[in-house]
Amino acid sequence: MGKRETFPLKQETDIVLIRQRVRKYAEEAKLGIVSQTKIVTAASEIARNALIYGGGGECVVEACSRDGRSAVYLCISDSGAGIADIDRAMVDGYTSGSGLGLGLSGAKRLVDAFAIDSAPGQGTRVELWKWR
Amino acid sequence: MVERIPILKMGNFLLLSIQVDMHDQLALDLQEDLTAQIVKHRSRGVLIDISALEIVDSFIGRMLSHIAQVSRILDAKVIVVGMQPAVAITLVELGLSLEGIATALNVEKGMRRLEKMVDDDMILEPESGEARDISVEAGD
Amino acid sequence: MPASALAELLKTYESELLEEWIGAQRAAGLRSDLIDLDTVVSNSRELLKLLAVAAEQGIDDLGARHWEPVRGMLERLSRAQSRQGFSPSETATFVFSLKEPLFAKIQQHCGAASLNEIWNATRLLDRLGLYSMEHFMAGRETVIREQQESMLELSTPVVELWKGVLAVPLIGSLDSNRTQVVMEALLQKIVETESEIAIIDITGVPTVDTMVAQHLLKTVTAAKLMGAKCIISGIRPQIAATIVHLGVELGDVITKSSLADAFVVALRELDVRLVSRPVLR
Repeated sequence: MGKRETFPLKQETDIVLIRQRVRKYAEEAKLGIVSQTKIVTAASEIARNALIYGGGGECVVEACSRDGRSAVYLCISDSGAGIADIDRAMVDGYTSGSGLGLGLSGAKRLVDAFAIDSAPGQGTRVELWKWR
Repeated sequence: MVERIPILKMGNFLLLSIQVDMHDQLALDLQEDLTAQIVKHRSRGVLIDISALEIVDSFIGRMLSHIAQVSRILDAKVIVVGMQPAVAITLVELGLSLEGIATALNVEKGMRRLEKMVDDDMILEPESGEARDISVEAGD
Repeated sequence: MPASALAELLKTYESELLEEWIGAQRAAGLRSDLIDLDTVVSNSRELLKLLAVAAEQGIDDLGARHWEPVRGMLERLSRAQSRQGFSPSETATFVFSLKEPLFAKIQQHCGAASLNEIWNATRLLDRLGLYSMEHFMAGRETVIREQQESMLELSTPVVELWKGVLAVPLIGSLDSNRTQVVMEALLQKIVETESEIAIIDITGVPTVDTMVAQHLLKTVTAAKLMGAKCIISGIRPQIAATIVHLGVELGDVITKSSLADAFVVALRELDVRLVSRPVLR
């Protein structure tokens, strides 16, 4: 297991910090510039969701490897209201707030593996992987 | 945070270059400042340079669309210049195509195109056989 | 305890074992063109030392922490050898040739327990040999992947047709991986050359599937976001039919039947006029 860090996600400026750290990890994993941009953007989307809809939480960034390729792993969790209908939340354009509804579905398209775990009242946990 | 993105006035146009990692409040402040400046200077066009932006997520994308819409109502053209290839690819994958926002490769080309857009607007009767500049307009 | 007996032997007879091991390796044939004797000796000495230390703490689980130095060394060595052009058996011989001297030592010193000890030692060395093989292969795979990547880049030239007009002539079948590489190269070149028009010519492409068609479209959209215009040329009738059949929305993408037509459109966009010079008599 490689380097691992946990960041708080309590205010808007935390999103900026998370983006910078994810970029650093992606550079160290030798991801290409496009892959770097994709995972950073995905992190930004999911972190904003967790902050706005989940009332904040935390973000774990980890350097790992997958089938011999270096990879970046992210786990963003909140303890908010949770999502009742995950399938519906994953559809482009669906939003419970004022956004474009591209956060979850868009972020999923940007990464190589995506997992979401949520239930009403249980908060939401989103895991993202991007490898070389 | 008291920092704000500076907006420069150049004749009829406003010029701004986003060079910091945008956080959400900064984006909201920028929208407000820009609208105020357009009205104050009666600007005809706004050039936004994003060549230093390493990512554009849906929030910043929405800010750009919002600025374009508000400016249109205030009769100012908006052009976004210098988007990095990786940023553009990511934005498309994310599902955003910034419909209706004019774009250019760099500040120089953007400025020329903005002048053209504003000029075109002033011509009452278009000349026939007039040389057309290359126009790149997303969607529209 | 079997582990300590082996460890004991490795430690006590280190220099003898080393000498005989080198002898066994030379007998098996050394690639003197790829490696010199000094390196072989120092590698062998290092591995013997590490083995002795690790074996002291048990030889049953190679995944255990105390085997890490040995694993690390074998991994490094095997990866390096796969790059340097050693054959798999040459790499495996390094570990396996230790068997002969080690077994001889066990026979001399362990008396009645010899058979058992030899069994332990052979199991250990077999596993170490397999371990080096695994990493030899992993090294090969890395090389192959790197070559594939560089081939992808070579097979997709982006050329400048005119100041401000780029073209990518795509030839051969497109998979989504290759399409992605081409498209990234194209967008990068657009920035570098400040070209406002890019022509993607797919005359040489036999088939297009949904994924590829979508990649093409995404590229056109990305180029637009950057401030450049894409023209797709050379779409064969079958591909046109496929695109319609697949329901891929081409939107307002400009398509032209040939690269020449696309080039004319590009020049017109740039306001360049071509005139034929009157012939002087």
